[in-house]
Amino acid sequence: MQVPAPFEYERATSVDQAIGLLERLGSTARLVAGGHSLLPMMKLRLANFEYLIDINDLHGELGYVTVEPGQVRVGALTRHRELLESAELAEAFPIFRDAEKVIADPVVRNRGTIGGSLCQADPSEDLSAVCTTLDASCVIRGPSGERVVTMDEFYRGPYETAVGEDEILIEIRLPIRPGGSSAYHKVERRAGDWAVVSAGAAVWLEDGVISDARVGLAAVGPNTTGIPAISEALRGSPPSEDLYRRAGEIAAASCDPVTDMRGSAEYKRHLADELTQRALRTAVDRINSGPRSLEES
Amino acid sequence: MTTLDARPVDKFDDNDQKPIGHGRMLRKEDPRFIRGLGKYCDDIQLPGMLHLAILRSPVAHARIVSVDVTAAQAHPKVKAVITGADLAEKGLAWMPTLSNDVQAVLATDKVRFQGQEVAFVVAEDRYAARDALELIDVDYDILAPVIDARTALSADAAVIRDDLEGKTDNHCFDWETGDEAATEAVFAKADVVVKQDIVYPRVHPAPMETCGCVADYERVDGKLTLWTTSQAPHAHRTVYALVSGLPEHKIRVIAPDLGGGFGNKVPIYPGYVCAIVASLVLGKPVKWMEDRSENLVSTGFARDYIMQGEIAATKDGKILAIRTNVLADHGAFNGTAAPVKYPAGFFGVFTGSYDLEAAYCKMTAVYTNKAPGGVAYACSFRITEAVYLVERIVDCLAYELEMDPAELRLKNFIRPEQFPYKSKTGWVYDSGDYATTMRLSMKMAGYDELRREQAEKRARGELMGIGVAFFTEAVGAGPRKDMDILGLGMADGCELRVHPTGKAVVRLSVKTQGQGHETTFAQIVAEEIGIPPADIEVVHGDTDNTPFGLGTYGSRSTPVSGAAAALVARKVRDKARIIASGMLEVSVADLEWTKGSFHVKGDPTSAVTIQDIAMRAHGAGDLPDGIEGGLEAQICYNPENLTYPYGAYICVVDIDPGTAEVKVRRFIAVDDCGTRINPMIIEGQVHGGLTDGVGMALMEMIAFDEEGNCLGGSLMDYLIPTALEVPDWETGFTVTPSPHHPIGAKGIGESATVGSPPAVVNAIVDALKPYGIRHADMPLTPSRVWDAMQGHPTPPV
Ligand SMILES: Cc1cc2nc3c(=O)[nH]c(=O)nc-3n(C[C@H](O)[C@H](O)[C@H](O)COP(=O)(O)OP(=O)(O)OC[C@H]3O[C@@H](n4cnc5c(N)ncnc54)[C@H](O)[C@@H]3O)c2cc1C
Repeated sequence: MQVPAPFEYERATSVDQAIGLLERLGSTARLVAGGHSLLPMMKLRLANFEYLIDINDLHGELGYVTVEPGQVRVGALTRHRELLESAELAEAFPIFRDAEKVIADPVVRNRGTIGGSLCQADPSEDLSAVCTTLDASCVIRGPSGERVVTMDEFYRGPYETAVGEDEILIEIRLPIRPGGSSAYHKVERRAGDWAVVSAGAAVWLEDGVISDARVGLAAVGPNTTGIPAISEALRGSPPSEDLYRRAGEIAAASCDPVTDMRGSAEYKRHLADELTQRALRTAVDRINSGPRSLEES
Repeated sequence: MTTLDARPVDKFDDNDQKPIGHGRMLRKEDPRFIRGLGKYCDDIQLPGMLHLAILRSPVAHARIVSVDVTAAQAHPKVKAVITGADLAEKGLAWMPTLSNDVQAVLATDKVRFQGQEVAFVVAEDRYAARDALELIDVDYDILAPVIDARTALSADAAVIRDDLEGKTDNHCFDWETGDEAATEAVFAKADVVVKQDIVYPRVHPAPMETCGCVADYERVDGKLTLWTTSQAPHAHRTVYALVSGLPEHKIRVIAPDLGGGFGNKVPIYPGYVCAIVASLVLGKPVKWMEDRSENLVSTGFARDYIMQGEIAATKDGKILAIRTNVLADHGAFNGTAAPVKYPAGFFGVFTGSYDLEAAYCKMTAVYTNKAPGGVAYACSFRITEAVYLVERIVDCLAYELEMDPAELRLKNFIRPEQFPYKSKTGWVYDSGDYATTMRLSMKMAGYDELRREQAEKRARGELMGIGVAFFTEAVGAGPRKDMDILGLGMADGCELRVHPTGKAVVRLSVKTQGQGHETTFAQIVAEEIGIPPADIEVVHGDTDNTPFGLGTYGSRSTPVSGAAAALVARKVRDKARIIASGMLEVSVADLEWTKGSFHVKGDPTSAVTIQDIAMRAHGAGDLPDGIEGGLEAQICYNPENLTYPYGAYICVVDIDPGTAEVKVRRFIAVDDCGTRINPMIIEGQVHGGLTDGVGMALMEMIAFDEEGNCLGGSLMDYLIPTALEVPDWETGFTVTPSPHHPIGAKGIGESATVGSPPAVVNAIVDALKPYGIRHADMPLTPSRVWDAMQGHPTPPV
């Protein structure tokens, strides 16, 4: 049994109380949500904190998927499993279900949360790529109130976010625009493993022409930001295999993978290309075949 | 990307046929396991028990300058901190390995691999013990590590084993088998010679339960009880007696329920010795349970053979000879578990299932700065490596000859009438009808149809591969004239006692780690004496309550201990017959046995059941002259030969040409393990072994970086397969009994682990034929498959 170093533990009773605790305890404290990133690091003693503030009792307050005109709001404590099972979310953004099917395993999905995933800011994290693809924004609350940041602003680097020591990520907002669909493709060495590479794509069509498109990649470099050059290359043209190929080339050229046990940098670059093409193709197919086929795909 | 909903619904077989003897029945041990009521080492709680944690080396090779334990000793919950120097004072710093090498219990002079034991702490709870490790300050003087076995013998390589008198290099041993000159002569005249470098990377058994023990030394009666994760409790007890100087009768080794072994629990690990020392010193029970990382980083690995295979054949596909040169990486200490005369285990069976004119193997083993062991993964005593080599090289030959790999094998099998067949490396294969088994697997697979499908797909640019592998195993070590471990003969004892009411207890020397001994052995006895398996208690894993024997590994339980169980039951039946003759007042010769009762020949109504006889044996009435009361017997079985189970495996894979992901679509496994005792348990063993094989072929590897850091220290890094990576197994069987085993049974435990990796790899290589690929090394992760598709398949090490 791997055992963490000693720490003190407190269950938060409200978001504001949790913020108060964070404010008081500073860098010696950490929030624990699903615990599936934090606890393994603590058990391996790669991370040691004096205090853990457990926010799981706030699930009533922070666990929700709310579809509104123009946007979907997802509470930070919404669990992977809830994201996977939400039909409304899958209808608005099929990319979520694509991704959730291949994130970890049921045990992890039952506990792990979207907030923990984003705040962990692991470059291989799937939901970061999804949120980047969907141009999400994040609502962060601290002692002096709430602020809203874009995904670009949210990520400061690997394992680093805009969330301050005394702040909590509260909500993720996903804008809905008409005529769009999305998809996620991931290559993993084994079910439940982190991505070798994955790619998300969101496409919007107007009269058969791409009005906008976004691609988000995971596990191919330190940043999880979108690739504006792909959006630029796609906008204004009708979807075609040539266009996907061009997008794939841009994806491969604009990422920065490293060789590790999951694969060689060369292979990962190839996957950035291949999976970008696949995700774009699936997203466009989904627009063209209408929402009815979503359940089957 | 597989999800659960994509999986086929499982077939349901009637597994509960309540046989009195052989046949399908549910496992007697499962009610406790599936209720979570198994009792494992870590479940043992004793009053006053202390907890031990081990400080391990963070580096692969370094001289220990100093170890400062003062801060750790000052921890309020710490009872003792022990270093290598402390053990050296007691003469316990080193211990023998199973291969007559020595291994450090705690490092005194140098650390020789990352994860090596340096000191230990005993504390009131496991948290405090772990915390105190961080208070120990070790000063290391870093040395250049030797990581790549290929450079271990170069002149500038650091000498790892300077503890050994006069050692000036990293040479561990040389070994050869077969006839070098005769083989060379055959190669010289052959039409075709194919040569291939083949690496079997280092893998880990990774049992779900890690290793550990509870040592309890009672000072008053001087007795040590050790609950431990051991596949071989008796052998361990003898080794502890020899090392510690405690008399053997004052040591009781108990292996409670084990959560998997796969050879990982054959060796004696330093942690066990540390716990014993701690209990001796403190007079308290001491528990040590390693964590997952410790298990993966420091305990017995498997494989790590860098092989060069060569095969010689005529141009029409008659295989003439096989030759191989092997570089074996044994890590920092030679801890291989193998019979003494077999430093390379049973690698000598690399001639496979084929009738050859000549064969030769030359092996060099080296020390490196990696964890010791080399035991086993489903240890098979290195047959896994041998089978992989021959089945890969035969496929390379098929590739060069443009012959169908199944046809090539059929053409070269040892024929049924050649058995017993003495191989060119001296192994006497007991029985077999290989072609029949091969043909059955092809029929189940729809082999010709698959080849047609493949041709169509290839024309469309799709990648589909069909892999064929045929293996012969050599299991049931072993005859005492040839085989011993540390001087202990590899025979096994068995005791059977029938109680007055006709229930029985059978005591075994072997120890299950999941194989189902409590069921299989009850069935073996039931078949012989007709007492239902439910009425037979199987006792195992406790040296005070079972006869001596060498334990469970290398698929030896049924071939050796299973034979003992059948023979001891026959011995009891022979006595029962005499008692029955008294009860029925006829001569012994006039009695006939039908399972469970004796009756007078020609008069089935004059009968006594085994239960009647048991009561008479313990009762008040007279017994025939010269017959003692009671109904029990005991035996020690020395196998005449190994048994040679075999099988034909066919694997079908699809590869995504864009991502190089491999999907194992189908797997057909036809096994012949002779007489089948419980087909359900056999299928379970096969399912597990196949899964294991898919894991090795696709994802498993203990890798190291240049500094010798182990890159497989968690199950996030060392991948083992899940249900989603494997297809719905299609199993079949043929039955060719072993002629020398009392019930004709052969081993089955490792067959599938041995046979499946080459089937999977052969399928992948077959799928990649359009890319002109003849070989690619495991583990065939998507990235490594893609490398192969780009024309540069790379060895994993
Ligand atoms: C075996 C395994 C496999 C996995 N596979 C994948 C995979 O394939 N793909 C993938 O994307 N992920 C994978 N994960 C990660 C999993 O999705 C985690 O659950 C997730 O990364 C973290 O979510 P959590 O709720 O568990 O966060 P925690 O571990 O509880 O927290 C992570 C970090 O975020 C902080 N935090 C949490 N919530 C908040 C908040 N609301 N505001 C501010 N800070 C917060 C914590 O303080 C901590 O620093 C895997 C994990 C495991 C154990």
